[in-house]
Amino acid sequence: MAPTHGAVRRARLPVAGRLRSSRMPVIEQLPIPSPSQVMLMALEPLVGLEVHVQLATDSKMFCGCSTQFGAQPNSNVCPTCLGLPGSLPVPNRRAVEYVIRTAAALGCTVAKRCRFARKNYFYPDLPKNFQVSQYDEPLSFDGHIDLNVNGDEVRIRIRRAHLEEDTGKNLHLASGSSLVEYNRCGIPLMEIVTEPDFTTAEQCREYLTQLRLILRAIGVSNANMEEGAMRAEPTVNLRDPETGEATPMVEIKNLNSIRSVYEAVRYEIERQRQAVAEGREDELFQQTRRWDEANGATALMRRKETSDDYMYFPEPDLVPLEPDPAWVEEIYASCPELPAARCDRFQEQYGLPEYDARVLTESREVADLFEATCERFEGAAKIVSNWVMGDVMSLLNEAEVAVADSPVTGEGLAELLALIEESVISGKIAKDVLAKMFETGKGAREIVEEEGLGQISDTGELEAIIDQVIADNPGPAEDFRGGKDKAIGFLIGQVMKATKGQANPGLVNEIMREKLG
Amino acid sequence: MKLHELTAHELSERLASGEVSAVEVAEAIFARIEEVEGQVDAFLALTRDQALEQARQVDDRRAGGEKPGALAGVPIGIKDVLCTKGVLTTCGSRILEGFRPPYDATVVRRCRDAGMPMLGKTNMDEFAMGSSTENSAYKVTRNPWDLDRVPGGSSGGSAAAVAAGEAPVALGSDTGGSIRQPAALCGISGLKPTYGRVSRYGLVAYASSLDQVGPLARDVRDCALVMNVLAGRDPHDATSADIPVPDYVAGLTGDVSGLRAGVPRELMGEGIEPEVKAVVEAAIGQLAELGMAVEEVEMPNLDYSLPVYYLVAPAEAASNLARYDGVRYGHRTEEEVADVYDLFAKSRGEGFGPEVRLRIMLGTFALSAGYYDAYYLKAQRVRTLIKQDFDAAFADHDVLISPTSPTVAFGIGEKADDPLQMKLADICTIPVNLAGIPALSIPCGMAEGLPVGLQIMGRPFEEDLILRVGDAYQQATDWHAKRPAL
Repeated sequence: MAPTHGAVRRARLPVAGRLRSSRMPVIEQLPIPSPSQVMLMALEPLVGLEVHVQLATDSKMFCGCSTQFGAQPNSNVCPTCLGLPGSLPVPNRRAVEYVIRTAAALGCTVAKRCRFARKNYFYPDLPKNFQVSQYDEPLSFDGHIDLNVNGDEVRIRIRRAHLEEDTGKNLHLASGSSLVEYNRCGIPLMEIVTEPDFTTAEQCREYLTQLRLILRAIGVSNANMEEGAMRAEPTVNLRDPETGEATPMVEIKNLNSIRSVYEAVRYEIERQRQAVAEGREDELFQQTRRWDEANGATALMRRKETSDDYMYFPEPDLVPLEPDPAWVEEIYASCPELPAARCDRFQEQYGLPEYDARVLTESREVADLFEATCERFEGAAKIVSNWVMGDVMSLLNEAEVAVADSPVTGEGLAELLALIEESVISGKIAKDVLAKMFETGKGAREIVEEEGLGQISDTGELEAIIDQVIADNPGPAEDFRGGKDKAIGFLIGQVMKATKGQANPGLVNEIMREKLG
Repeated sequence: MKLHELTAHELSERLASGEVSAVEVAEAIFARIEEVEGQVDAFLALTRDQALEQARQVDDRRAGGEKPGALAGVPIGIKDVLCTKGVLTTCGSRILEGFRPPYDATVVRRCRDAGMPMLGKTNMDEFAMGSSTENSAYKVTRNPWDLDRVPGGSSGGSAAAVAAGEAPVALGSDTGGSIRQPAALCGISGLKPTYGRVSRYGLVAYASSLDQVGPLARDVRDCALVMNVLAGRDPHDATSADIPVPDYVAGLTGDVSGLRAGVPRELMGEGIEPEVKAVVEAAIGQLAELGMAVEEVEMPNLDYSLPVYYLVAPAEAASNLARYDGVRYGHRTEEEVADVYDLFAKSRGEGFGPEVRLRIMLGTFALSAGYYDAYYLKAQRVRTLIKQDFDAAFADHDVLISPTSPTVAFGIGEKADDPLQMKLADICTIPVNLAGIPALSIPCGMAEGLPVGLQIMGRPFEEDLILRVGDAYQQATDWHAKRPAL
């Protein structure tokens, strides 16, 4: 449903009257001030976001077909998602659960009773020529996300989060003919609509970033914008805060990354500002614009003379949805700590820098791994953070293994880090041990013992090796004695080389200085 | 008696005793079809090979010592509104010309599983919109009692086939009277079950909140037998009810004494032909003789049934029929097209008949912004009032009685140019669909030499009770045994 910057209600006014209703004033009603007027500078952007999220269910919204991405075209289809004559929809309970889970995370209210509605329009990617969606009775409504943008706290109100079915895809060939692909058709889609609370493109970017983190943290979607699992459509207009009058609404489409949303909104606010400033009223009308990534500009797609009439009516093939209150309560109670809150806690509880806290909490699994390690490790949390963000992540990425499937658990990592703390192995050796842990699934101590990787901390043994190195390298030894402090690095390096890295570097340094001193 | 003249329960007995084989029954029916189909034109497609194969399987099972169920080997006609896997399913429309569904409707599968050989697909008004079967894009079915008259509709093919001996039983669908009215006009019995009692999965939708599948048969006992096969929850239909299904045949006790019947004054007034009314009054007298207490009831909101129906049903139809666009299946225009919308418009314009186009336009209008509240929403509110009238009437009556149709079968072409008169044919049956309750039509006499139907309406999910009343009436009378002379 296209967002309207006003309360959700059944607007069944005759089309001609609708444009002139108070919530959508036409441009003639807005006095265009001259650029010199201060009032102009006070025009404030009103940006709303409508986000569609594919829910990560195994089967489609109203049938048993698989939702697998990238399957052979038109293979995940059946009479129901193809809309064949006589087919009927049966709602997917898991999809309903995912919307309720999202409602819990966004502080929304879940409707005691709601209905699906048919949105009627003709398009070849819509096999029934209507989409089963929700209209005046959404599954959840009235929530919010609190953002911190450049130190400012901003609350974005969520108007509604409802459930619907995805459409198929049209593929237009160079030959001029078109193909239709229905695998995507019927995948559960959650639509999250905000109030027009954004005043800057930065806020939009932060909102989408946080929303994506939340959706991933609660496990309802991979929220991947590039794959189309999350799609955002902003609406942008300007309002005079004094009079409340606003420019006509512009909807922007064709945005496939958070960055492009940011750039498009920034561009569109500026475009409208300039049009007002320069008195080019003819450019301000209700319209849909397309983001042109290559030119970094929005371009007119179509003028919206009238609001679309989708002839919504309650879907008669489905009974009203009445989620069991005990079930809803259970879902609310099991809502995990959200990324933003966890990020704050990581800074407070573990004394981590904001950067570390943010990176770790971007993924629920990574944050879990960090905390599981800290629980069993007595050293500084920052050490754990460095290892998780660094070596652990790069090993996982290289092997293309999900964090949840990592062969190294928090317990395993804590054991490895303890070996460093106890000076059994050096940090350098630990990197190799970690790699072996990944490969074999064995514990750190087991690997160190098996391969004899324990550090040489026996001073007698080290002294003999150091004596030998000094004897073999009289030049650098002489340089050091002559005041060239850097020369000791080379000598220590030789000791490490002779011990295959197993010498305790701190101890070597100490003994070397004694001997050369 | 010849095999094609027997009822399903009579065939069932002979099949169970081994007196006849399922193949013999099927062959006898197909012989009868060959004999009279040229006059009646009840079928759009015949599935002889499939039926004989199914019959053979039943015979094999019986030969192997199995007892495959009461209706195993009893052939059935299927209204062309029901999806049949690999078998032509057109809904009487050009737009579905050549369409062979990749799946069976749940009711078709249930009949198949019960061992009932499918005879073929019966003719109907296009997309079940009509009361005479004249709106079929393919042929005009004739009433076996008088070949110059209509069989009623929209399940006219099913009703005519049963009346003509071309099928012992058949399936129909009923959105505003499409089982009961043709049953009445063809002198047979037909049941529209409670909304949600029988699965709609695979029933090509006309108006989703009103459509229901049900049996057409030579007597009430046969309706009960078929209901035992059809009724029950279907996980593929979210609107099907999870309510236990009784044994409908076991409920036919013949005892109706003490039952209270109401006769809605609104369904016995103006518009009911005097001869029809007289026959129905006599039938009501008969019910009283059987021990039922009969009195008149007032249900003032029934007067609004027709306008409510003609807003709700077309609105749902406009949306349900949007999928026929020439893209995936069915008729696609061969004209040059400018773009995809032109393809939609031309394909639909060519594929739909005038009555369907009319109802799509009516429904689109009723749902449009600016008109929704005044038409669709208002109609739904009045629908609630009609339901409340039924609730009130059923509070102190077990069943309600009325004529099924205000007239006997009318002449072919007689009302074709008078859509309002045509729509008045459903004035007694439509309130039942709006309320979602079950209703049965049984033959109760003759007027002008043509059958008259009696409608028995019941509380939701009390099919057993209205079947018991209908069966008791048939035990005491023999109107149901009368056959047209073809």
